[in-house]
Amino acid sequence: MAATIEIAALPQRVGRVIRANPVIPLILLLFALVALLEGLQPGIFNERWVGNTIRFAIPLAMLAACQTLTMLTGGIDLSAGVVATISAFVVATLTPLVGGPSAIVLALVPAILMGLVNGFGVGICRVHPLIMTLGTGLIGTGCLQVYQRYVINTGSEIPGMFEWLGTGRTLGMPNALFLFVPFAILILWGLRRTGFGRLLYAMGANEKATRLSGVRSWQVLLALYTMSGLIAGLTGLLYVGIIRAPSLSLANSLMLPSVAAAVIGGTSIFGGRGSYSGTIVGALILTVLGTLLTLLQIPEGARRILFGAIILVVTALYVRITDQS
Amino acid sequence: MTGVLNRYGWSLGLLAILAGLLIATRIIQPNFGVSGLDSLARAALPFAFCTAGMAIVVIAGGIDLSIASVMAVAGVIAALLMQQMGDASAGLVVLVVLAAGIGMGVINGALIVLTRGPDIVVTLAMLFVWEGVALLILNAPGGAATPWMRELVVGGLTLPGVPAAMTMWVPRAFVVLVALVVIIWLPLRRSKLGLSIYAIGSDQHAAFRSGVAVGRTRIAAYGFAGLFAALGGLSITLSTGIGEPIPGPYLLASVAAVVLGGVALTGGKGGLLGPIIAVFILRTLRLDLTLLSVDPNVTTIIEGTIMVAVVMAGGLLAMRGRH
Amino acid sequence: MTEPSAARPVLDARGVAKRFGAVAALKDASLTIRAGEIVALMGANGAGKSTFVKILTGALRPDSGHIHLDGVDRRFASPAQARRSGIMPVYQEPSLIPDLDVRDNLRLVDVAAEPFRHWVRELGITDLRLDARIAQLPLATLRILDLALTLAKEPNVLMLDEMTAALPADLVERVLTVIRGQADSGRSVIYISHRFAEIARVCNRASVLRDGVTVGDFVIEPGIEEKIVELMLGGVPVRAELAGRRASSATPSQAPRVRVSSLSAGSKLADVSFDLHKGEVLGVVALEGQGQDELFDVLAGFRRAQSGTIDVDGQAASFAHPADAIARGLTLVPGDRKDALLMLRSVRENIALPLLARPAKWGAIAMREEAAKVADAVARLQIDMRAQGEVRRLSGGNQQKVTIGRWVAAGVETLLLFDPTRGIDVRTKHQIYPLLRELAAQGASILFYTSELGEIALACDRAIVIFGGKVVDIIEAEHATEQNLMRAAYGLTEKQRPGARP
Repeated sequence: MAATIEIAALPQRVGRVIRANPVIPLILLLFALVALLEGLQPGIFNERWVGNTIRFAIPLAMLAACQTLTMLTGGIDLSAGVVATISAFVVATLTPLVGGPSAIVLALVPAILMGLVNGFGVGICRVHPLIMTLGTGLIGTGCLQVYQRYVINTGSEIPGMFEWLGTGRTLGMPNALFLFVPFAILILWGLRRTGFGRLLYAMGANEKATRLSGVRSWQVLLALYTMSGLIAGLTGLLYVGIIRAPSLSLANSLMLPSVAAAVIGGTSIFGGRGSYSGTIVGALILTVLGTLLTLLQIPEGARRILFGAIILVVTALYVRITDQS
Repeated sequence: MTGVLNRYGWSLGLLAILAGLLIATRIIQPNFGVSGLDSLARAALPFAFCTAGMAIVVIAGGIDLSIASVMAVAGVIAALLMQQMGDASAGLVVLVVLAAGIGMGVINGALIVLTRGPDIVVTLAMLFVWEGVALLILNAPGGAATPWMRELVVGGLTLPGVPAAMTMWVPRAFVVLVALVVIIWLPLRRSKLGLSIYAIGSDQHAAFRSGVAVGRTRIAAYGFAGLFAALGGLSITLSTGIGEPIPGPYLLASVAAVVLGGVALTGGKGGLLGPIIAVFILRTLRLDLTLLSVDPNVTTIIEGTIMVAVVMAGGLLAMRGRH
Repeated sequence: MTEPSAARPVLDARGVAKRFGAVAALKDASLTIRAGEIVALMGANGAGKSTFVKILTGALRPDSGHIHLDGVDRRFASPAQARRSGIMPVYQEPSLIPDLDVRDNLRLVDVAAEPFRHWVRELGITDLRLDARIAQLPLATLRILDLALTLAKEPNVLMLDEMTAALPADLVERVLTVIRGQADSGRSVIYISHRFAEIARVCNRASVLRDGVTVGDFVIEPGIEEKIVELMLGGVPVRAELAGRRASSATPSQAPRVRVSSLSAGSKLADVSFDLHKGEVLGVVALEGQGQDELFDVLAGFRRAQSGTIDVDGQAASFAHPADAIARGLTLVPGDRKDALLMLRSVRENIALPLLARPAKWGAIAMREEAAKVADAVARLQIDMRAQGEVRRLSGGNQQKVTIGRWVAAGVETLLLFDPTRGIDVRTKHQIYPLLRELAAQGASILFYTSELGEIALACDRAIVIFGGKVVDIIEAEHATEQNLMRAAYGLTEKQRPGARP
C-alpha cells in the first residue's frame, strides 16, 4: 500500500516541478538532441556549430514571439511570416533607392499597417484571429507580388546594419544576439512585470472577466496585433540580413515552425498560459532538430512527418502534465 | 414561412448573390455559356468537397488545418494507383482512396481525442504529417487519371431519353457534387450521429452530461471530413490528370467559405448548403475578375479583401445582434 | 408516506475515494438509499459533494470504493452507462444543447415528447414551444426542462444537484411536490442542497460530507438542523457570528450615491426607481425574470437603458462599457463566479486585475504597492491562500471572496452584488454578511440581489422588491421576514407597510 502511494506520488511531484518550471524538460530535451547529434557525428558540437545554430534559431524565436504573445490571448498570428517577408523584400529593394535608414523605416510601415488591420479585425470586428490573419496574409502576399513588378529593375541591397547583425560574429557568437538579447529581455520582462503583459494572460484566461474588470479588450488586441506586426517586420529585416537574398517567400518557411516553437515551448493555444522563455528553447530545439534530420539524410517527406509527430507528442505531454482535471 | 426564412435566410441571401454574380459574368462575357459553366463547376469541385468536410468538423466544434494535406495524399494515391492498375480497376481505386480519406480523418479525430490536445494544434501537426506522407508516396507531380473516370466530371449532363439540349447546360461536375453531398450529408444530418455532431459543437460538456459519446462523435466528424477531403483530392487528380503532392490553397478557401456560408467557427450552427453556395460565389468572383482581365495578383488581393471584409462585417453584425 | 427504511438499498456506495493530483477530493464517502427515499447530501463547499455526485453518476471514475446498485457491484465508465442503469442526474449546469431546439434535444437523448410535456406542465411551465432554441430560454426554464427530461426517462435513482438554486419560489414549490411524488411512487431521490427549509420538507434522511469523508447520516426530524450545521462546519459557532451582524450598520446620509429614475431596458425592466445611499446595503428581492438581471447589467455598463436616468453622486451617468461604470465607482460581482475569475491565474493576478485595466497602467507594475493592496484584501476577506497559484483550485466560497476582494483592493465605492452567495457554503456566507456590513460602515454602497430571502434580514438595511419590472415595495430590515418579502415578491402588497421609506 505504502509503495503504491510512493509510486503515485512521484509523477505528481515531477508534475509539480514541471508546472512550476516548464522550461526544465525542454532544456533537457534540447541537450538530449545535441547529445544525439554529437553521437551520430562526433566533433560536430563546436563553437562554430553552436554559433550557427543560434544564428538560425534567432529569427525563428523572434517570429515565434508573435505567436506566443497572440496565443496568450487565445489568438494566433498567421500573417507573421508574410509580414516578415514583405519587410525583408521592401528593405532590400528600397535600400538602393532611398538608402538604408529610410528603407528600414519604410519597410516597417507595411508591417505595422498589417498589424493594425489584424488588430482592427480581431479587436473591433471580433473576427477569429486565425481567419483574420490568414486573410491579411493572403492579401499581403498579393500586394507584395504587385509591388515586385514596380521594383523589378532596381536590384537589391541589404542595409549594412542588418548585414552586420545577420552575418557577423563577435567572440564566436553571432551578432544577431545584439538585437535578440535586448529583445528577449524586453518581452520576458514585459510579460511578467507590466500591466500589458498581465492583461494578455488575463484576456486568454477569461475575456469576460477582464471586461468586467474594466478592460476594453479592443485596446489590448489592437495594441497586441500591431506589436506582433512590428516584431514580424523586425524579424524580416534580420532574416534578410542572414540569408542575404530577398525573395517573395523568404520568411514563409518560418511561419509554421514559429507556431510549433511556441507550442513546444508550452504556450497554450487556448490562451492564459505560457512563457517566452519556453518559446526560445522551442526555437532552439526545432533548429537542432533540423540539423539532425539533414545529417541523417532523412527525405523531405519523412522530415515533415517527424516534425508533425513532435508537435503532437509535445502537446499531448503538456496536456497530461499540466492539466489534471 | 418565417421559419423557413429564419432557417435558410442566410443561404437564400447567398444564392441571390451567386445569381447576381452569374448574371454579371454573362454581361462581362456575353458568350459565357455551357463550357463556361462546366469549367466553373469543375474548378469549384475540389473546393466544394473540402469545404463540405471542413464544415462538418467546424459544426462539431473543431477545425481541420490538415484538410489540404489530406486532399494531397488522396490525390497522389489516386494518381499512382490509377496509373499502375489500369482502367478496369479504377472503381476499386476510388474505393481505396475514399477509405484512405476516412482513415486519415479518423486518425486525426482519434489523435485529438487521445492526446486531449486542442484541435487546432493536433491538426496543425497532422498537416505536416500528411504533407510528408504525400511526398513519400510521390515526391514530384506524377501518376495519371483513368480517362473514363475523368469523363465523369467533364462536360454537360446527358440523360437517356431526355433531349441533350435540356440537360447540356448542367455540368456533370455539379451533378456529381450535389449527388455525393446529398447521399452523404442528408442521412447524416437526420441521424442521431448528426445531432450528436451538432451537440458536441454547441456545448461539449452539456453533450457529455446528456450521454453523448463525445469522443466517438468527434472521431466520426473527422472521418466524414476525411471522406470529403478524399473526394476533393480525387477530383483534383481527375480534373488535372496527375497527382500533386504539394497541398493547394484549400485550407484558407474552405475556412472562408465555411464562415461565409453561415457556419459559426464556435461550432453547433449551420449546415452544408450555405458553405457550398459560398464556394461557388468565391469561384465565380474569381472568374469574373479574370474575365475582366485583372492581374491575377490583384485578383488575389481583391479576393482576400472581400473574404476578410465579409468576416469582419459578420463579426460586427453578430455584436450588434447581442445588444 | 410508506416506511422506506425496511426496504433493501437501491444504491449503496461505500468507501469511495478520489484524488486529483495532490488533492484528495474524496477520502471515504458513503451513501445508502432505499426505494421511496429522498436523501439529502449535504456538506460545505469543497467537502466533495460534486466529486461524489460525479462518481455516482459515472462522470468520474473513483480511485477506490464500491458502488452497489440493486446489490450488484457496479463501476460506471460514462454517464450514459449510469443512465442505462437508472441513475440519472440533473446537474447544476443544464445538460441541454444550446444550439438545438427542444425537440432535437429530446431526440438526442431518446425521450418521447409526451411524457416530457407532461412533466414540464407538472413543473409549472405552460407555454413551452418545442421549436424554441435552448440558447434563447432563461436559466430557470432550462433547469426545469432538464428535470422534466430526466423524469421522462423514469429514473430509479434521481440525483438533483442544487436543483432549486436558480429557481424562483413558485417553481421551487412545484419541484418539491414533484420529487415527493417520485418518492411516494417508490423511486429514490438524492437531493443535494444548502437549503434547510427544503430539506426539512421533503427529505427522509440527510447524509453529511466533510473534507471528503461521510461524517453522519440522520433521519430528518425537528431540531436536526443545528446538529447538521455543526457537523458540516466542524464546530464553527454560526449563531454567535450572526449575533453581531448589524452592530456596525451606518445611518444613510442624505444625498444618494446612486439615484435610479424610471429605468427601463429590454422587455423585462419596465420602470425602476430607487436611491442607494452612502453606507447602505440595499437588498433587491425579485422572483426569477422580473428585470433584476437587466437592472444590474445596465448599472454595471453591460447594456444600455432604453429610458430613464442614473445619477451618481448627483451627476448624470451613462455607461457604454463596464469601464465607464467603474470610472464612476460602480462595479458588478456576477452570480456566476466563472464569469468573473481568471481560473488559471493566481489569486494575486485576479485581485490586481482592475488596477491594470486602463492603458495608462499598461506599463511597469509597481510590484510592492500591488502586493500591499492584494495582501490587504486577502486579510480583510480572510481568503484561504493555500491554493493561491491557481484560482480554480479554490473552493467556491473562496473564489467568491476573491471576486469581491478585487474591488476592495481597487477601492470601488459602489458594489453591485448579483446573488453572490449562490451555491456557497454556510460558513463562507456568514463571513460575507459581516464583510458587507463592514464595507458599508466604511462608506461603500452596496446593491445586493439575492435569491435567498433569509439573507435580506441578515445583511441589508432595507430592500426594494421588484415585480413585473417595477419596484412594488420597499421593506426595512426589521420587517424583512421571509413571509413579508415573499408576499411582496409575488406582488401581493399594494400598500406600503408602516416603517417603509418612500
